[in-house]
Amino acid sequence: MSLAAITRATLAKDLRLEWRSKDAINSMLFFALLVVVVFSFSFDPNAEESRQIAGGLVWVAFLFAAVVALNQTWARELRNQVLDAFRVAPAPANSLFLAKALGNFVFVCVLEALMTPLFVVFYKLRALGPAWQLIPVAVLGTWALVVNGTFFAAMSIRTRRREIMLPLLLFPISIPAILAMVNATTAILTGELSAWFWFVLLATYDVVFTIACLLLFETVLHAE
Amino acid sequence: MTFLYAAYAATWIIHITYLSTLVRRYKRLQREIEELQK
Amino acid sequence: MKRAFPIFAVLTALLLSYALYEALVAAPTEKTMGDVQRIFYYHVPSAWTAFLLFLINFVASVVYLIRRSHTADIVAVVTAEVGVVFCTVVLVTGPLWARPVWGIWWTWDVRLTSTLVLWLIYVSYLMLRRFSTSSQTPLLAAALAVFGALDVPLVYFSIWIFRSQHPQPVIGGGGSIDPRMLHILLLNWVAFLCFAALICWSRYRLERLRREVEETQALESLLEPRSLR
Repeated sequence: MSLAAITRATLAKDLRLEWRSKDAINSMLFFALLVVVVFSFSFDPNAEESRQIAGGLVWVAFLFAAVVALNQTWARELRNQVLDAFRVAPAPANSLFLAKALGNFVFVCVLEALMTPLFVVFYKLRALGPAWQLIPVAVLGTWALVVNGTFFAAMSIRTRRREIMLPLLLFPISIPAILAMVNATTAILTGELSAWFWFVLLATYDVVFTIACLLLFETVLHAE
Repeated sequence: MTFLYAAYAATWIIHITYLSTLVRRYKRLQREIEELQK
Repeated sequence: MKRAFPIFAVLTALLLSYALYEALVAAPTEKTMGDVQRIFYYHVPSAWTAFLLFLINFVASVVYLIRRSHTADIVAVVTAEVGVVFCTVVLVTGPLWARPVWGIWWTWDVRLTSTLVLWLIYVSYLMLRRFSTSSQTPLLAAALAVFGALDVPLVYFSIWIFRSQHPQPVIGGGGSIDPRMLHILLLNWVAFLCFAALICWSRYRLERLRREVEETQALESLLEPRSLR
């Protein structure tokens, strides 16, 4: 079977499992809602100020939600010894990685789609720049978080403080991407600056780290 | 001017702190070696 | 080999003292910043040393990924730890220099911010090493080091973009440097490099010893006769 076929099969299985139990998505949804509400209590800006800070707030909230999603990425696999099965199966390790990353990507995108209207309402947001550009920012930015997050989640499995290890490893490496996401969003919302360079940075980041993850995942998977 | 001295002092305090952790680790190892040799 | 260490240590101590004297007394006072500028003679060599150590860590990590060499792994641990120490010095002396000169403790200065990110990445590297329960920790750490190395140019690029959109003061000053100052700067750098070499050497020996002890302990517990309860 080809890489694409196996990836699709694994991804479909994950999505189906999630759809039936709705474990992760429910907890993440509620968590996301809580984050938005708590942030709105902490900061109560007027419309002008909110455009300046919304970029940062929104992405911090998405980052937390992504970490919650990523932490449970491999939990099911660990419980049922799926990883061992995968190690001995002839399927390429990358198909597992891609399936997990894409699954996480879908989850986090769903979260973002649900949280965004809440943010718009609570912060009275209205983009002064080209609002459509927010979509590629969200896509590229989410992928940047998810691809490294899935990889580091796999690395964190065999550590003593698993849940805290993931953000500890993910955040420093993600700094350029986070900087890009936040500044691109602010640039689009305030309409003052161009987000072009940030797009280039995000795209470069995504390409570099997707390749790095694909190259090194097999090694990490086999680390007992 | 105090900033200048603070910076130089801080540099050496950081280095000495690290070196003392090395010494402490070494002493602990020596103790473990003695245990093993018994 | 054993005799060389104390001799080298004494030479390094002398060199460091001489370099300190040059930096504090003999060096010409800077026109605009005054004496505080002398922090430069400690701040910059520490930064260059830290970067060199992290570079060696990257090379050692790649060697480990390719050849699984134990020595490469030990070199990686050693350079990561000592690198973090020197990096800490940079991050402490930087703001101490910035505050009296520019009135602020921190700024989105490319070099300072990149150093901070590098520090964060390597602290997370050390935490991975400490908290990992896998027998393949060196492998995971090597992968993380590679990721960190890939990240560095991206960090630079991101801060460069940020600064072009939000101009900020430059800590550490650009532009040309007085040749006398350059001379003393290089002197301090050589002194700190020797010092770093000493520390790395000690840490290397400590690590080798530690691993030997661990192996012996593991063997002992395997060979212990089991008592009947």
